[in-house]
Amino acid sequence: QVSSAAASGPYPKRVKVVEVGPRDGLQNEKNVVPTPVKINLINMLSETGLQVIEATSFVSPKWVPQMADHTEVMQGINKLPGISYPVLTPNLKGFQAAVAAGAKEVSIFGAASEMFTKKNINCSIEESLERFDEVMRAAREASIPVRGYVSCVLGCPYEGKISAAKVAEVSKKMYSMGCYEISLGDTIGVGTPGSMREMLAAVMKEVPVGALAVHCHDTYGQALANILLALQMGVSVVDASVAGLGGCPYARGASGNVATEDLVYMLNGLGIHTGVDLQKLMDTGTFICNALNRKTNSKVSQASCRL
Amino acid sequence: QELQASGLPEYIKIVEVGPRDGLQNEKVIVPTDIKIELINQLSKTGLPAIEATSFVSSKWVPQMADHEEVMRGIERHPGVQYPVLTPNLQGFHSAIAAGATEVSVFGAASESFSKMNINCSIEESIERFEEVTKSARNMNIPVRGYVSCALGCPYEGNIVPDKVAEVSKRLYSMGCYEISLGDTIGVGTPGSMKKMLEAVMKEIPLNALAVHCHDTYGQALANILTAIQMGVAVVDSSVAGLGGCPYAKGATGNVATEDVIYMLNGLGINTGVNLYAVMEAGNFICTALNKKTNSKVAQASFST
Repeated sequence: QVSSAAASGPYPKRVKVVEVGPRDGLQNEKNVVPTPVKINLINMLSETGLQVIEATSFVSPKWVPQMADHTEVMQGINKLPGISYPVLTPNLKGFQAAVAAGAKEVSIFGAASEMFTKKNINCSIEESLERFDEVMRAAREASIPVRGYVSCVLGCPYEGKISAAKVAEVSKKMYSMGCYEISLGDTIGVGTPGSMREMLAAVMKEVPVGALAVHCHDTYGQALANILLALQMGVSVVDASVAGLGGCPYARGASGNVATEDLVYMLNGLGIHTGVDLQKLMDTGTFICNALNRKTNSKVSQASCRL
Repeated sequence: QELQASGLPEYIKIVEVGPRDGLQNEKVIVPTDIKIELINQLSKTGLPAIEATSFVSSKWVPQMADHEEVMRGIERHPGVQYPVLTPNLQGFHSAIAAGATEVSVFGAASESFSKMNINCSIEESIERFEEVTKSARNMNIPVRGYVSCALGCPYEGNIVPDKVAEVSKRLYSMGCYEISLGDTIGVGTPGSMKKMLEAVMKEIPLNALAVHCHDTYGQALANILTAIQMGVAVVDSSVAGLGGCPYAKGATGNVATEDVIYMLNGLGINTGVNLYAVMEAGNFICTALNKKTNSKVAQASFST
């Protein structure tokens, strides 16, 4: 229900913010970022109160050159106690390299769209999940938690509309395989509170809401409204990217990730605890934008710079 | 209003403020013929209300100095309202003489803002507006009331919801048919929006309320969603997100009409507005202003 009953809350008392800037953000930036800058970015984020910072991706540099320095980054960052630094691992080889480099948590990526999976990793959804079986087994043996991502949950750049039932099916599979959390990604940002509600209602039949996260893109300006709706339905884990790093690879010049600063501003206004220091977060955003020689995508940051 | 099964309004009236609020807050002064063309294009999109100009002294607001030519020059489409700002009786008379059939008055929930903006107290401004509403009533001219700083003030900071309710009630009692609650500096969040609306809804019927959210802190759509979940069915917005924030240099101001419509479409709410036509009007004015759109929907749609 999206009505006034929902508007009154109750909202979750606490929300876990998963910072994806150093991986999802930087991976989708035009300029390749030098290793020391990446390390400094993660170290600064570690001082903001964020509990989860996605550090890098153990994927072949042939495919993702921006993440070629994954081992140096993993070994170079200050790992503060109480903070998790998950890394992407597309397959067993990546998983083993990640663990050797000191990773204590990994993520795997599925999708709710067959065409997207085909175009992205050249196989079917079913095949992609079979590949992850090996990773899940190895992770279980090593007591390494695995986070599962589902892409295209509110729309696909190739298929267009995505059925909520399909999202629920893929989410359920990944949860049953052993992922402790499923992050539902509006990959091209086309979702609205209407489609978000419908999709979550379907997924929540299969996966407990405490194991769900939303990963909203702001390509159509809908991210915060979509996140608000998700919170009203009981979701309490939200992904975001400092300074809104990371454009959209499917719409040139358009924005991608929602800015962590703007998310935290909203959560603060709702009285929801995040543990994040907004000023330190803004300072970190300023640092990386200067390093990338680009303007921030965070409106809170833009507004706060009174000249 | 009629409500859907979801509890949301079935229909939401969009009040387009780009040609006035938007252009007034743009750096570049726009030639009269461009203003007229913008309004004419907007008139073809299905928008039910388009705030056309402001009958304020050109000494104070040079961007709106051509108010008479604009009012006389635009095509008046049947079924579309073209409200204009009238800060006082003199402005009201000029507006009527130029053909206006609806006017707006601007109050504020902050004494400091009132003082800095129009150099008088809230009470004094209310008295001025009463002259306008009295004349308007005699001539059967509807008056819309705006309340600025509903969720925060650039000078006073926090604004108490009861103050917003008090000022809204004064405007409503003097005859304003609709009260548009403005988050003037965009600092509001769904939390403060809800508290403010709860206070105002004790004094004003829901169907006389509108929200005018600024996107300076990226909160506009979330705030609008909160308002419509509470039953508000009138939303102000500005094509291409025209109009920066005069209180935070370089920051954005009005929420983009395109982005609002995209959200409402996704919620199954009828607006009567053709999104693509609005994007085209937005494209026109941004080209004319030589600036990038502030609408994310437009950015995403026009990219290659």
